[in-house]
Amino acid sequence: MDRRTLTWIIVGLMGGLFLVGRALLTDRGMGKVYVRAVEINSDDPDPDHRWTRHENALPRDYAAAVAANPEQTEYRFSLARTVGTWVAAFFTLFILSFLYKDNSLYKIAESVVVGVSAAYWMVVGFWTTIIPNLLGKLFPVWINSWAMPGLRADAEWVYIFPLILGVMLLMRLSPKGGWISRWPLAFIIGTTAGIRLIGYLHADFLSQIRNTIVTLWATDMAGSFQLWDSLKSLILVIGVLSALVYFFFSIEHKGIVGKTAKLGIWFLMVTFGAAFGYTVMGRIALLAIRLEFLLDDWLWLIDPALRRIGM
Amino acid sequence: MKRAVPLTITALGGFVLIVAYFIPAAQGWGEIAAIWFDILAAVAFVLGGGNLLKIHLKKVSDRKGGWGYSGITLAAFLITLVVGLAKVGVNPNPHFPEVALSGGYREIGSPFWWLYEYAFKPLTATMFAMLAFYIASAAFRAFRAKNVEAILLLGTAFIILLGRTFAGVYLTAWLPDSLSGLKIENLTIHIMSVLNTAGNRAIMIGIALGIASTSLRVLLGIDRSYLGTGKQ
Repeated sequence: MDRRTLTWIIVGLMGGLFLVGRALLTDRGMGKVYVRAVEINSDDPDPDHRWTRHENALPRDYAAAVAANPEQTEYRFSLARTVGTWVAAFFTLFILSFLYKDNSLYKIAESVVVGVSAAYWMVVGFWTTIIPNLLGKLFPVWINSWAMPGLRADAEWVYIFPLILGVMLLMRLSPKGGWISRWPLAFIIGTTAGIRLIGYLHADFLSQIRNTIVTLWATDMAGSFQLWDSLKSLILVIGVLSALVYFFFSIEHKGIVGKTAKLGIWFLMVTFGAAFGYTVMGRIALLAIRLEFLLDDWLWLIDPALRRIGM
Repeated sequence: MKRAVPLTITALGGFVLIVAYFIPAAQGWGEIAAIWFDILAAVAFVLGGGNLLKIHLKKVSDRKGGWGYSGITLAAFLITLVVGLAKVGVNPNPHFPEVALSGGYREIGSPFWWLYEYAFKPLTATMFAMLAFYIASAAFRAFRAKNVEAILLLGTAFIILLGRTFAGVYLTAWLPDSLSGLKIENLTIHIMSVLNTAGNRAIMIGIALGIASTSLRVLLGIDRSYLGTGKQ
């Protein structure tokens, strides 16, 4: 065993001991989740139509409720959500372990995310589109009876076509039936082109041009000239036009065109720099959220929202 | 026939949506075409899931390198799929208590919600968060202030990054009110609202023109690359 492996084993063991000690040997513990029980349909005479929904509750509310009445049942400890918090914490650490090097823990987390996300989007597509928009239109009475009560009762047989196209699309999974999926694929390509053509021309092309046609002589309500606002409008118009000149490749970028294109590149570089800065900030914000989850929700080492005050 | 039918379907699907935008009487067709598109997009998720199953089952059955990870992927996939499709642990809709599956598939507290909340969300968020390190390290290695363009890019990124932190605000807090426009937080706002907007507008106009021309090429059958080479 080399020195590096030994070091990491020792660090891991110390971390494990810290977790066990903090979770089991301290009064306060860590990583626990509490819930509040809410009765649903409590007025319904049929007991089968009544059930309890569990909403997340703050630890301080649980502590206050127990202090007021130790026998209360409204607030309670949730084992499933506590296990969930621990699982989420370990998954977060598994992914972060990649910063050291590629390892089996990272690969396990990676495999889980691939499987869960593929199934998640399948389930979302099934319950939000296939059931209401396809099966609900073709067999409304049947869907009404078990999934979507209150659905319109008359069938719309025109939806047999997307059903057929859908089945043809799935033929792509068959080793020799790949060509059958060309028709639904053609429909997807065609409708995407149609939606995008109109959407982009309307929302991006026309509206961006419309927003760029601004007054270069800005005045306030009293009619007096506003230098800074006028300058901003001028820079904006020059920036858009010069960057567009750079994108215009039908003329050689020489002379005045070349100089304008050069100015356009400068505007584009500022845009890319801003985009880069924002992307990095966005990722750092996400990282901060994950660290906050580890330190606040899991380890209970910090409490910025005062969720455990009084415990 | 092999190409004529898909080309006709492409043109019909696209032009129906375009016509529906301009002619109010045809709006219904456009809505139907859009719903059909949504249905096929949902079926494409099923296709994706099926493909994932096919690839990983083959890897496990062939005992290829890393087949254990494929087993984990399959287990995660099947568990999520079953609890999501069967709405395991989901209570009925309070208005229709007699219909067992009338509740929301993502009901708080259900196993599917649990998988989303404690597996999908932390894993994807941490993966995206990790990119912060890689973007920063790539930038450190690639960015060199060797000409005006590179200096502009670097300088803007630096100001934007600094302008969104307390340290940046603190650094220029000493500037008098007459020079408040040079305070880093205000500089950030000016860059974003003027220079960045100008560049972004040109890019968006360019993208829109590119998409419009590509879409027209596809709809008119000039671009047929999506049909493949015809050899398969």
